[in-house]
Amino acid sequence: MALADTRTTTDAVRRALTGRRRDLGGRLFESGLLLTLLIALATLIVLLAKIFGQGWSVFAERGTSFLTSPMSQAAGRAGIWQGIVGSLMLMAFVVVIAFPLGVGAAVYLEEYARDTRFTRFVNANIRNLAGVPSIVYGLLGLAIFVELLGFGRSVIAGGVTLAILVLPIVIITTAEALRAVPNSIREAGFGVGATKWEVVRSHVLPYAAPGIFTGTVLSISRALGETAPLLLVGAIQGTFFTGSQSLLERLQGLYTSLPTVIYTWSRQPNPDFQKLTAAAIMVLLVVLLMVNATAILLRNRYERKW
Amino acid sequence: MLGGGGAQAPRPVLTVADLRGASRRRRKGRLIRGAFLSAAAVSVLISALIVVALVGEAVVFLSKIDLRSLWSDGWFPRRDMFDIRTIFAGTVIVSLIAMLVAAPLGLGAAIYLSEYASQRVRRRLKPALETLAGIPSVVMGFFALTVISPDLIRRLFSGAGIFNMAAAGIGVGILVTPLVASIAEDAMHAVPNSLREASYGLAARRRSTSVRVVVPAAVSGIVAALIVGVSRAIGETMVVAIAAGATGGSLFTLNPLGPGQTMTGAMAALGTGSDRVTGGTAAFNSLFFVGLLLFAMTLGLNVVSERFVRKVRRRY
Repeated sequence: MALADTRTTTDAVRRALTGRRRDLGGRLFESGLLLTLLIALATLIVLLAKIFGQGWSVFAERGTSFLTSPMSQAAGRAGIWQGIVGSLMLMAFVVVIAFPLGVGAAVYLEEYARDTRFTRFVNANIRNLAGVPSIVYGLLGLAIFVELLGFGRSVIAGGVTLAILVLPIVIITTAEALRAVPNSIREAGFGVGATKWEVVRSHVLPYAAPGIFTGTVLSISRALGETAPLLLVGAIQGTFFTGSQSLLERLQGLYTSLPTVIYTWSRQPNPDFQKLTAAAIMVLLVVLLMVNATAILLRNRYERKW
Repeated sequence: MLGGGGAQAPRPVLTVADLRGASRRRRKGRLIRGAFLSAAAVSVLISALIVVALVGEAVVFLSKIDLRSLWSDGWFPRRDMFDIRTIFAGTVIVSLIAMLVAAPLGLGAAIYLSEYASQRVRRRLKPALETLAGIPSVVMGFFALTVISPDLIRRLFSGAGIFNMAAAGIGVGILVTPLVASIAEDAMHAVPNSLREASYGLAARRRSTSVRVVVPAAVSGIVAALIVGVSRAIGETMVVAIAAGATGGSLFTLNPLGPGQTMTGAMAALGTGSDRVTGGTAAFNSLFFVGLLLFAMTLGLNVVSERFVRKVRRRY
């Protein structure tokens, strides 16, 4: 009897506290919020379904010859081989230039620099560079590398431009990785008489390495999909043939990239080229997915919590 | 030398010079420090080169052309018509449409992820949103041209052409949405829990807590997210170049259902095609003039948004 009494009182109190009306407005609000998120994700799914649906037939008909044929005006023979080669060469430049410069700059800013006006200026400058539209980097490449330094519309000019484009990303992610290394690690090094460089080399960089590599890989994936600056620094948009060339000739001659091929084809009115565009996008997305998965694996495998 | 027991050998005195380490080690350290410093200086050099290249070529452009052509009927650089209003209007229209998409979607997603979603849901949905952020813009351009334009815009508005600024704007908006969501969510995440608890303590519901407590507390960060979104939308090139059409040039137009030319689209168009412009012509120099305007606009927006972000950081 007494037990039942308590239960009724509890219920009465709860009713009084929560209110008798159901919170319909709140529910609607929550559903609306969820809907916005789902719309964004549904777009992603529609996009992938459309592209894979259209592009699949190209691979079904032609198999891997689509990957290994050169560009052509004839939709039945056109392939993306030159785009793949061009993109690989561009990425080589990005890694060779942006990685050492970016890591070096981040090490200076995080480990060496005192909090002076110059340091704050450099930091603000890097954040602003990260927000500059990519096509403006194309203008920089066009004016400085193509015209002034005389690289011409070559893969060197394109590669250096892309490297500069991702440099701020490499610096920012590396700086974050360095900041995550606790100071006690550095102090241990100084405590046994190591110089600054010795501490950085043997203590800080090894612990920050997973974060640095993840950032670099992500910047590569950013550079892989970048198209706008390459339009200005001369990735070829028509058809061209490459015979047997020496490496030097190839570096100075005509080039294209996978996203540039996609751009060119997407503007062709012929519906066959629409399928080819979708197929080329499939290749680009799969490559990007693999690159990003590498970054995530690196992070999960080696990341350490302090 | 310390005084004391005469028979003992004199103890060596440790001076500062002894603690400093070998001079070779220190020289190496200095050299390496210099190398790192010059790497950091490269970033400043890049900014300087951007400004010098843009300003220099823009001045050449202005000295080459008849200044009245900056205010003519349309943007046809190959015919020496450089109407700035045309491409500026195009940029405003496309960015406006983009933000009409990205602001509600991005902010809604941010509030949901920060205030409503459980840990488990968050862990699933956030990577999906990040995947959307990683879609290259050239891919979104193809999507805008082959899906958004025919299946959405031309269904709703029968007068719309295949190439139209509305489809490009929506495509840009979808690209910008994850960025807006992620910055806004960071800002709301930074609001301390004590504020939420105080609100619940006053018997407020979750909706009132989100809308009247968390959002006002994070308002600087939310404004920053929107500004960064606008800045990114203005600078977005490939979606516009593919889906908005008007590669040769455009008459002044405010009609979002027709083809149009934005600042970025105009630059891409000048670098595209068999008659791509080369050095020496006014059309070539106009690239840099438009680039300078674009650079100044995005830089201004980014600096303002940084102010807002810093405000949030200072408060909590």
